Amino acid sequence: MKSLLEVEALGRTFGSGKRTLQAVKGVTFSLAPGEIVAVVGESGSGKSTLARLILRLLSPTQGQMRLEGRDVFRIPLRAYWRMVQAVFQDPYSSFNQFYSVRRLLQKSLGLLGPLSSQEREARIRTALQSVGLEPEGILGKYPHQLSGGQRQRVMIARAIMLRPRLLITDEPTSALDASLRATVLNLLKDLRQEQGTSIIFITHDIGQAYYLSDRILVMHQGEVVEEGPVERVVEQSQHPYTKRLLSDVPRFHG
Amino acid sequence: MNPLLAQLLSKGRFRLSVGILLLVVAFAVLGPMLDTRNPLFAVGGRYDPPSANAILGTDVIGNDVFLQLMHGLGTSLKIGLIAGLVATAIGVLIGTLAGFLGGVVDEILMGLTNVVITIPTIVILILLSVALESRTLVSLALIIGVTSWPWTARAIRAQTASLRVREHVDVARLSGAGTFSIILWEILPYMFSYIFMAFVLQLASAILSEAALSLLGLGPDNTISLGKMLQFAIQGEAIRTGAYWAFLPPTLLLTVISFALLLLQSSLDEVFNPRLRRA
Repeated sequence: MKSLLEVEALGRTFGSGKRTLQAVKGVTFSLAPGEIVAVVGESGSGKSTLARLILRLLSPTQGQMRLEGRDVFRIPLRAYWRMVQAVFQDPYSSFNQFYSVRRLLQKSLGLLGPLSSQEREARIRTALQSVGLEPEGILGKYPHQLSGGQRQRVMIARAIMLRPRLLITDEPTSALDASLRATVLNLLKDLRQEQGTSIIFITHDIGQAYYLSDRILVMHQGEVVEEGPVERVVEQSQHPYTKRLLSDVPRFHG
Repeated sequence: MNPLLAQLLSKGRFRLSVGILLLVVAFAVLGPMLDTRNPLFAVGGRYDPPSANAILGTDVIGNDVFLQLMHGLGTSLKIGLIAGLVATAIGVLIGTLAGFLGGVVDEILMGLTNVVITIPTIVILILLSVALESRTLVSLALIIGVTSWPWTARAIRAQTASLRVREHVDVARLSGAGTFSIILWEILPYMFSYIFMAFVLQLASAILSEAALSLLGLGPDNTISLGKMLQFAIQGEAIRTGAYWAFLPPTLLLTVISFALLLLQSSLDEVFNPRLRRA
């Protein structure tokens, strides 16, 4: 299958001289259309930096990326962000506290260029409904009037509304109650099912990665130390770091 | 009611400072409306003590001190307001650009800021007073404003640098927002209270700068200000001759204004900066 995203020897170094930190080192992987890849690692492993590099919120110091065979850095940013979107970790700081949900979504729609107001309204409504939120109740609300779960669903709706080819989710469930995590994970599953969106799912929780993804990349100190289909990585992990991550997962049976 | 506003109103310091400032402004605005005499017109002799004719006495050339105080206060407040707005606007512009863009832009703008900090306002004023035909209220205010923005720029830069790494800024970028749109809609609203506090401090310092410059004879021409009253009192040897009514009222008024503005700033700081909140 032709790949959607190819990442080749991607790296990012911070600082200069003696005080350099290589947050991401030579990361290479590819992602097929409709595939969900989990990037697993503990904090400081470079997974969030990798997300920011792929999102082009940060420029890499080494390496290349291709989206549908095109050099990513030749694609204008706005056009790139029509195809690649993100949901971030913290549904509280992802919101500008001064603006309503309607305004947030309207602003994001600006990325798609001029649309008729009916088209805008329809897109916003469909997106909110697809994450299980009632548009009437939610559009006029401000962030402080929403619960954590509602906020994260609004953020997912924002991304879905733009119909990206690739969605990068950086720890989307870590700020949520356990009961809401499954909801968010299922939303991501449905998104792949219905729109064929590829997802890069960044998490520190190998259990969630197992539940959601097709393939796992294990990151440790900026490098991908293990890669493979979920079952293989979980059941026959080779790298000691992966084994350690797996041993941290609480077991309820077996 | 807005909880922050309620919290502010419950603070004695806030109510006291706002009360004083309202009285001061009312004195400057309503005073000249009620008493329409020209403050630059003599009503008596040299240093007449307070009397029914002039309740705060007269100054060295026989002008009514009370009348001069009303008009001089107005001039000082106008200069403070214009200079404060100019300084805050320049400081916010430079600070947000430096803090948000970082890198080379940051270094250039902060370099410029440090250069301006080292130039004393008085040197620029002396040079300009030679160059200008006459110093007006506005030109003096602009000069004070254009030389006093650097501290605001530094503070705003620090705030911006901490705000720009928030996730909502990333969300805005991913939504296609440009630099100016992000500064305007994602950064500035979060700093609104901070900017207002910076403006209050700039206002207080500009009023004092006017007094200092006027005292040195670099005040605005053809008008009266609190600083010019002090200049005339000193030149007219009011202190040596014991004409306390000529220099005490403008001095006290300047003290009261700065006191009230600093009190206002500290009460705002306590409400808007949670770390300073007392239990």
